[in-house]
Parts: sequence; structure tokens; C-alpha cells
Amino acid sequence: MTAAATSARPRHLLDFQDWSPERLTAILDNADTMLQVLDRPVKKVPALQGLTICTAFFENSTRTRTSFELAARRMSADVMTFAAGASSVSKGESLRDTIEVLTQYKVDAYIVRHHASGAAHLVHQYSGKPVINAGDGRRAHPTQALLDAYTVRQEYGSLEGKTVAILGDVRHSRVARSNAELLPKLGAKVILCGPATLLPADLGALPGVTLTTDPVQAVRGAHAVMALRLQQERMTGGYLGSLQEYADTYQVNEALMGHAESGAIVLHPGPMNRDVEISAEAADGPRSRILKQVENGQAIRMSVLYHLLVGRD
Amino acid sequence: MIITITNIKRVGSDELTSVTIENGVIKGWNLPEDGEVIDGHGGTVAPALIELHAHLREPGQTQKEDLASGLAAAAAGGYGTVVCMPNTSPVIDDPAIVRSLLEKAGTLGQARLKPAAALTRGQQGEALAELTYLKNAGAVMFTDDGRTNENARVLRLGLETAASLGMVVSVHAEDASLRADGVMNEGAVSEALGVPGNPAAAEAARVARDIEIVAGLAAQGRPVRLHVQHLSTARALDLVRDAKKRGLGVTCEVCPHHLTLTDEALRAFDAVYKVAPPLRTQADADHLLEGLRDGSVDCLATDHAPHTRAEKERDLLDAPSGIAYIELAFPLMYTRFGESLGLEKIVELLTAAPARVMGWPEPTLDTGAPADLVVFDLDTQREVKPTEFKSKAKFTPWAGETLKGWPVLTVVDGKVAYRRE
Ligand SMILES: [Zn+2]
Repeated sequence: MTAAATSARPRHLLDFQDWSPERLTAILDNADTMLQVLDRPVKKVPALQGLTICTAFFENSTRTRTSFELAARRMSADVMTFAAGASSVSKGESLRDTIEVLTQYKVDAYIVRHHASGAAHLVHQYSGKPVINAGDGRRAHPTQALLDAYTVRQEYGSLEGKTVAILGDVRHSRVARSNAELLPKLGAKVILCGPATLLPADLGALPGVTLTTDPVQAVRGAHAVMALRLQQERMTGGYLGSLQEYADTYQVNEALMGHAESGAIVLHPGPMNRDVEISAEAADGPRSRILKQVENGQAIRMSVLYHLLVGRD
Repeated sequence: MIITITNIKRVGSDELTSVTIENGVIKGWNLPEDGEVIDGHGGTVAPALIELHAHLREPGQTQKEDLASGLAAAAAGGYGTVVCMPNTSPVIDDPAIVRSLLEKAGTLGQARLKPAAALTRGQQGEALAELTYLKNAGAVMFTDDGRTNENARVLRLGLETAASLGMVVSVHAEDASLRADGVMNEGAVSEALGVPGNPAAAEAARVARDIEIVAGLAAQGRPVRLHVQHLSTARALDLVRDAKKRGLGVTCEVCPHHLTLTDEALRAFDAVYKVAPPLRTQADADHLLEGLRDGSVDCLATDHAPHTRAEKERDLLDAPSGIAYIELAFPLMYTRFGESLGLEKIVELLTAAPARVMGWPEPTLDTGAPADLVVFDLDTQREVKPTEFKSKAKFTPWAGETLKGWPVLTVVDGKVAYRRE
């Protein structure tokens, strides 16, 4: 595996602000190699041997944590798990104190999930170590966006000129924000769609991003259609009349996919509410790349770890 | 006790003069030196500043600030009088707390304390506090600041009662249901950052409601006095401007941080920029500055809101709101707006203007007036160093910036409350 020669390589992946298209493409290219590693009988390479990586999860997510930890272990890193639920964080210890203590354990890099936007930035600032943002508030979930981009690229060979429609609770979605930041950098268009209450008008200011409340308009000409997880609380929060009303209007299903490009694929960041934001047929049908996303996720996370911790300029 | 301060210029004059103070009163100008002589080094003298909105955190939150540190910080900022907010623990809704705060502050020899008391019991917004007793104990204003007076009927009753006592009610004007979970200005920046937004309309909607309460009472021949605290949006200012044209008893204050910072500052996710109401847009800041010029903004106030460093080092959702910078307010205003507003206007916004809001005599430096004064060094550029703050809150958005117009001497009641070494 080779790292592309690039200058001023960032040592963190908080969001995509400091990332050039070339460097992002290098991450996707490297993921091809990582997928090959995952196909071998012995799925382990020594790239990160001797390094200690801490998964600091201030918010629960077994799936994402497992994906990151497996990725790190397959690269031979030592993995330390910090779950905030059982820690002093719940007693009001500041984020800074927590990170400074963890840093004393000689952690080489952090993988951070947190309920507040920007928390991964703070961990980077307080630790001085490389940080991979595994989801912070509504802000960003960059490895998810990378694996989404990778899955689309796998299908079409390139993202240039492709259109990705993202439907659902855009307002509260870090996945939507990260994709809206990443995909245009790689030449794709993004259409964000949802009920007006879940679609902040100001997001349309991002380059390469358009907003619509009309699902048919959103998927027309789309090469990939992503459904976002819809949470029950959005009803009690007054954002929706009912889940049924939402499903009738915005569900990603065969009928809606009929308006998309003929070979368009279906994506979902998981976990799914089948028959709410996505129909069971669409989730499990031939267009679905949802399980492929999970596999690609591990390769992408290996590639990101390699790029941040080993790759030389 | 007699003090003579030499080598000073009165605001608006280039002439060097001296002032002599005796028994807490200005005895006269250009008299022969008498008593303790203090060299003013060519500084500019003005009446001591008046702060209508400071959180001194006593009782109960003295890890953030206490009367001693807060009033020392105020004196270092050139303030002679400080109105402290009642959202303490317990809330200042009991005359005994008012009395004990005044007693303690009187022994400190720093800025003078004027406590505000809660408008409602426990600041819960549901039942009026004992406003008469609180006034008799020494409270100078009623406010539920920190909370937002959701119950309009109770606010109305409070305004009527306060007016009958000759008092102002000040309000944190924000519709809590519209604000929802917002922690910064709602707009392009909050959406790009994925941080829950607080819309400008949350402030405007509440200001509009409160103005109509005042208007309704005025129409019944019952004039009341409403003071809108820390106004942050252009739209809310327009509503206040309009209320003044209608002759209603509505005044408002603006904080220097809303004039000098915008929501762009939150891009670093640094909770030092988290304030309530939040930092808005440049257009809002420009509009507020215009309001200072044309008189629709009545006065400046800092909303000095100290917290511990550990609290401010939390994430944006968990960190508390507030910037503590009573020591910087004048240098900040003078450095940024000395040219556009002029020294005299800035001084007025921090002295006579707040006095008018409160219905107090306007401070002067005339012979016979109370000896509350401040000497500013308008020329020397100094770096902002939080470690030098008298306040317990040792962080600020302006750390490392170079400002001029620093207070070098503050005299309260004829006694030196602060002197820059
Ligand atoms: Zn307030």
C-alpha cells in the first residue's frame, strides 16, 4: 500500500474543511487496497504496530465503535476503549480534564464520538494528537461520508457529475452535513430533501448543495439515493405530524426510485427503521448497497488511520 | 480625608488641571495641592462608570466570582457603581440577602454595590417577590435575568407594582419556546456547524410582547418602566425605537460584545464565545452601533458573567453562557469605536445614560458632586492578559489583543478603589 505524496497533510479528520480533493481521493484509493486485505485469509497488516488508539465515545454507538476498533486491530494497533457513560464525565468533569488524563496513558490517536457539535475539535485542541471524528452532534461524521462516497464511486467508477439525493431528517443529521461537504469536493452534486421543518434553509448556502421539500424532484436524475434515519422524538418535538405521514411522503421505496436514474443505488447510514424512512423492499432489494456500505466502512476507516498515522508526505 | 489628583484633563478639554476631593465630595478644581497627592500622568478624568448588568455570583456560586473579586474587577474597569443580578444560589428574592450583600460590599472599599432583586419568587416567574420589602432593603431594580418571564400576566403585575415603587423592571427578552435548544445565533454559520440555533425572532417576538404590555398599561393611564437587557438583534432594536416614538416607558441596553463579535467567532467551537443572547451577525452589530449613535439604545452594559475555566472548557452544548469582561469594557469600546462614536459619547453611554435609565441623578465632576471618578490613559497600548484580571474568570475573547484607554485610577466615594501600578 502506498500513500499519495501530498503536502501539508492534516493529522486529523474532524470535518473536510482542510482537506483537498487530491487527499480525499488518496483515502478512497487506499481503501481499495484495504478491501484486498480484508479478503485475505489472515486479515491483518502490521502498519500501526506499537501505536495506541483510544476510542473515546461520549455517546453510545456500538456499530461505529466496532467498525473503528476492528479497523485499528486489523492494522495491529492497540485499542483502548473509553466509554463516557461509566466515567466522571457524567459528574461534570470537563472534556479537557478527561482528555488530558487519557493523554497521560500515552494515547497516539483518538477516535471521538460526542453529542455536541465541535467536541472532536476540542479533543484535538486539548490532546494535540490526531483525532478522527466518529460523529459529533449535528456537525460531522466524516468517515461515514467517505464510505458513502466510496460506495458510489465503486458503482460508477467516479463521482464526477454524479448526483446524490439525501432524504430525511437533514436538520439533525451529521451524515447529511458531512456528505454535503465532501461530495461536491469530489465533483458530485448533493440534493438535500425532507419536510420543511427538518430542512434548514441556510444549508442551501453550501457550494454544490441544493434543497427541496419535494422527494420526486430530489431523486429525479439521482445516481444514488440515501435515506436518513428518522427518530420518534421528531414527532414529540413538533417537527412532524406523524411517522406515517412522513413515510407516505418521503419514504425511499420502489415507487420513488422509479424517478431516479435507471441504475440508481440505495444507501442508508443505519440503523434502519424499515418501512419508515425506507421500505423493506428498497432496503433489501437489488438496488440496495446498505450492507456493502458496512464492509466499505471498515476499509475506509483502515485507510483513514493509515493516512493519518503512517502516511508520509 | 483629602486627596488631590494632579496632571489630569477633563473629558473634552486639553488643559491640564487638578481636582481636590474632601470627605467624598469634589471640593474643587485647580486648588492648591492638599492631602494625599496622586499624579494623573496626563490622563483623562471622567465620572466613574455605572454598570447596570453584572453577575457577581454571590451568594452561592463564589467559585465563579464573589463580591470581593467582582467589585475589584469593576473598580479596575473604571466602574464606581455596579448593579448585580439576582440569579444567584439562592436567588436574591429575600430582603435579608439584599441587606447582607450591601453590608459586605460596604466593607470592601471597591466599586459600590447596588443589588437588583428578583421580580418573582425564586425567579420562577409564577408569583411576585416581596417587592416593597426588597426595595426597602436596598434593591434598586427588579429582574428575573437569566430567566425569561414566560408568564406575561405575572410580568404585567410586576411592572405595575414596580412602577408604584418608582422602580424599573429589566427583562431578559427571549421567547424560550422559540429559542428552544439553540446555543448560538440561528443562521448560515449555525447550520454549517450543525449547532442548534437561536433565531433572532426569539428576541424580537418577546420584545414586541413586552412593549404591548407596557402600551396597554400606559393606555389605561398607568405608566410603567421596562428596561430591555442586552439587546442583540436589529429587529428588536427597531421595535424599541418605535416604542420610544410612541412615548412608552421602554429603555434598552447593548453589550460591547454584541458590537464587536459575531457568530463567525463560533467556528472554532470555543465556548468562550457562548453568550445569551448569542452573538449575532455583522448586520445586527452595525444596526446596534447605529442605535447607540441615534439614541435609540439608551446605554451600554457588559453582562459581566463569570464562570470557571473548567466550565468554559466543556463542549458548546454543556458549557454555560457568558463572558466576564467588566475590566475591558471601556478600553474595548474606546479602541474599537473611539473614532466613530467619540470619547464623550462613549463616556456618556457608561455614566449619565445608565443613571437616566435608573432615574438616578446624572453624575458630574462639578464642585460639590460626589467624588466618584475615573482617570483613563487614552494613549498607551496594552495587551489583554487574563492572568492580570481581578475577576476570578481568567478567560476572554480578547486575550492577546492590544487595547488603549485603560483605567489607571478609580475613586469611589472619595477613596481610591483602584490604582494601576
Ligand atoms: Zn440576561
